[in-house]
Amino acid sequence: MENQQITDALQAQFGADAVYGVTESHGILQFTTGVDNIVPMLHYLYAHPEFKFQFLTDLAGIHFPDAKGQELGVIYHLHSLENNVRLMIKAYAPIEAPHFPTITGLYAAANWMEREAFDFYGILFDGHPNLTRILNMDEMDYHPMRKEYPLEDATRHDKIDELFGR
Amino acid sequence: MSEVALVNNPNVGLDKTQKGGPYVNELSTLNLGPTHPATHGIFQNILTMDGETIVDAEQTVGYIHRAFEKIAERRPFYQITTLTDRMNYCSAPINNMGWHMTVEKLLGIEVPKRAQYMRVIMMELARLTDHIVCNSILAVDTGALTGFLYVYQWREFIYEIYEEMCGARLTTNMGRFGGMERDFTPVAIEKIHKLLKELPAALKEFEGMVMRNRIFMDRTQNVGAISAERALNYGFTGPNLRAAGVDYDVRAMNPYSSYEDFEFDVPVGTKGDTYDRFLVREEEMWQSLRIIQQAIDNLPEGPFHADAPHYYLPKKQDVYHNMEALIYHFKIVMGEIDAPVGEVYHSVEGGNGELGFYLVSDGGRTPYRLKFRRPGYIYYQAFPEMIKGTSLSDAIVTMSSMNVIAGELDT
Repeated sequence: MENQQITDALQAQFGADAVYGVTESHGILQFTTGVDNIVPMLHYLYAHPEFKFQFLTDLAGIHFPDAKGQELGVIYHLHSLENNVRLMIKAYAPIEAPHFPTITGLYAAANWMEREAFDFYGILFDGHPNLTRILNMDEMDYHPMRKEYPLEDATRHDKIDELFGR
Repeated sequence: MSEVALVNNPNVGLDKTQKGGPYVNELSTLNLGPTHPATHGIFQNILTMDGETIVDAEQTVGYIHRAFEKIAERRPFYQITTLTDRMNYCSAPINNMGWHMTVEKLLGIEVPKRAQYMRVIMMELARLTDHIVCNSILAVDTGALTGFLYVYQWREFIYEIYEEMCGARLTTNMGRFGGMERDFTPVAIEKIHKLLKELPAALKEFEGMVMRNRIFMDRTQNVGAISAERALNYGFTGPNLRAAGVDYDVRAMNPYSSYEDFEFDVPVGTKGDTYDRFLVREEEMWQSLRIIQQAIDNLPEGPFHADAPHYYLPKKQDVYHNMEALIYHFKIVMGEIDAPVGEVYHSVEGGNGELGFYLVSDGGRTPYRLKFRRPGYIYYQAFPEMIKGTSLSDAIVTMSSMNVIAGELDT
């Protein structure tokens, strides 16, 4: 099973513009898709007689503050154990309304992964059975992994370029 | 149990005329944790009990969350190794080396064969410590303390080998980008040979005491079972998945660090219950010993680290006498070296399963985003499903056999 085969099959099924930004990172196929495509695409990959992406390895949130309208992203790491092929699917949503569909219906493992992404990035997974904070305390009123909360010690001076003659 | 709290459940009507007293239909709430001695870590489970039977469980995690992923976004790459120590602290070298391999993939560093074999030896030693802890504590949780003492002294002994390699015991920070920070010393080699010679006897003694023990078998067989299908759906990896009958092992499927050079079996169970998880871990210890034996017998000659001066700290004596070494030393320590732009996912077989590192680099000195795939975090969410309908004592051994480690879970 080749990576090209997967992209071809997905483009045939969901249209040529549903799969874009196709790259390969150390043998792992990566591509971006629209938020609306996620659930049908994962179902398709799960049930496909050959691909069988039936294992959700991980789900990671990410924040790009400069990408207007696409600030918050989710990266789905899938693994087809039978073919031993991995796949990363990315999707982005605007920070004002970061709505993603839940995939807990397909993968039970997604439950806490989505709660973690909500906790740290404020990504809203519509239809999630219990979308509450998981690692941070319930009283927290912000999403700490977003880039607007930098982790710089205000008293630290060793990184000032001027002091290094730059 | 002092933490028992009986509450009135409005959904259940009290029928005082019924046989068995007034509490017969009443559900009670039991707080198991957060600091319960039998949970080996800070976990809270709010159990809904119908008498002795667990009806439902609600988990609370995050008590020792230390924001590793956020901190990592501020740290140069080499400083993140110390964060990985503190995830699964029972097998810290696997975390360290998984992280090193991830960064080496990003930087494109080729690690010499000797360093790869050394890493395999250290990682298998770490797997031994991890499984020794899990299995001997499982025996303790079922009431057998002595077996734990037989094998635990060998865990101490492995920590002495760590000490010989890196000076630390628990949070090891072992290895560097490009290889190991030092070669095996004669003492380390000698200790590894001693371990290979003498651990099997202790392990056999432990197995003789526990494995076919009627009480242990009654306490663990058919307890906390999960089917292969559910386990995969829940994202199980490692010994817990293999106990359910799926032969997924990252070492065999996506070999890293020369694992393809070694011959070893991937043990699988059939039922996915506590006893199978115990047996799979026992057999993995034997396989680890087998791998270490092969690696130490065929340890290649050559350098123990790659020639990567931008990322690998130069020797101390060079720093004092050699201009380039001094520059690189300064730049590495100050974290002045930028990493290339790229995205890497690398996973290794940790003590508990697939330990993954998803690293996004935007070309700066720190990761743009670093996501740890902690196996314990993902499979612990199946715990309520596994203990529903069982008793409290079964829940304790189920949790123990899953080897849930709070540090790994909460990052």
